Amino acid sequence: MSLRTPLAKVLGRGSAGEGVGHWWVQRVTAVALLPLTSWFVVSLLGQPLQSYDAMRGWLGQPWVAVLTILLVFTLAWHAKLGVQVVIEDYVHGKGAKTTLLLLSTFIHAGAAVAAVFAILRLAIA
Amino acid sequence: MSQRPLSPHLGVYKFMYTMSLSILHRITGCAAAAGFLLFAWWLMALASGPAAYAAAMHSLGSPFAKLLLVGFTFSFVYHFCNGIRHLVWDTGRGLERAHARRSGAAVIIAALLLTAVVVWLGCRAMGFSVPGAG
Repeated sequence: MSLRTPLAKVLGRGSAGEGVGHWWVQRVTAVALLPLTSWFVVSLLGQPLQSYDAMRGWLGQPWVAVLTILLVFTLAWHAKLGVQVVIEDYVHGKGAKTTLLLLSTFIHAGAAVAAVFAILRLAIA
Repeated sequence: MSQRPLSPHLGVYKFMYTMSLSILHRITGCAAAAGFLLFAWWLMALASGPAAYAAAMHSLGSPFAKLLLVGFTFSFVYHFCNGIRHLVWDTGRGLERAHARRSGAAVIIAALLLTAVVVWLGCRAMGFSVPGAG
């Protein structure tokens, strides 16, 4: 006999109340990052990195910009979820844990928005 | 709260080399997250104009920055390779002890080789002198 209520069974959210959402999104972003990062590294390292004009021209191309924005969002999300697990596992004080989790979220969001803004500026302006 | 058993309760396990691969996955993941911040900073420099970009590229050419870039490259490449191993495990395959040890060795070899290739290509793209890059 199970002690779980029928409602808990249907919702399937487990004891933390969040279900498998975190675990699943970590996998979905991981799968997406395999082709995105492979493409980006190969494409980037084919460019003359010291030339501002060449880099601007490369990143300003529509498909390069779109794929790089996708890469930035996916990478930021995946990194945020991963760092969150590390903080939750190793930082035990409630105050320190909450502070670091907030800080990590803000930094990842800030970096992602800065990166996307930079790409849009290069691609559109 | 402090009396409850806490998640990575390492003291009770006998050490195996696959454990160090697992902890390395976390360490390289965190390092790659830091590398993402550097990537965002680099994009902002590029978007800020030729002078800002030249200054950023100059900073990235310092010996410390080069070492850091090699570290980020290894972190990213290792996390990429070991991440594939984790995704295969998620399908329920390759979890037997012998299989997990073999795939671990394969990940280490692949990560070191790929790091060498990416660092070489990176040096060439950055305009640093490297053997065989004319």
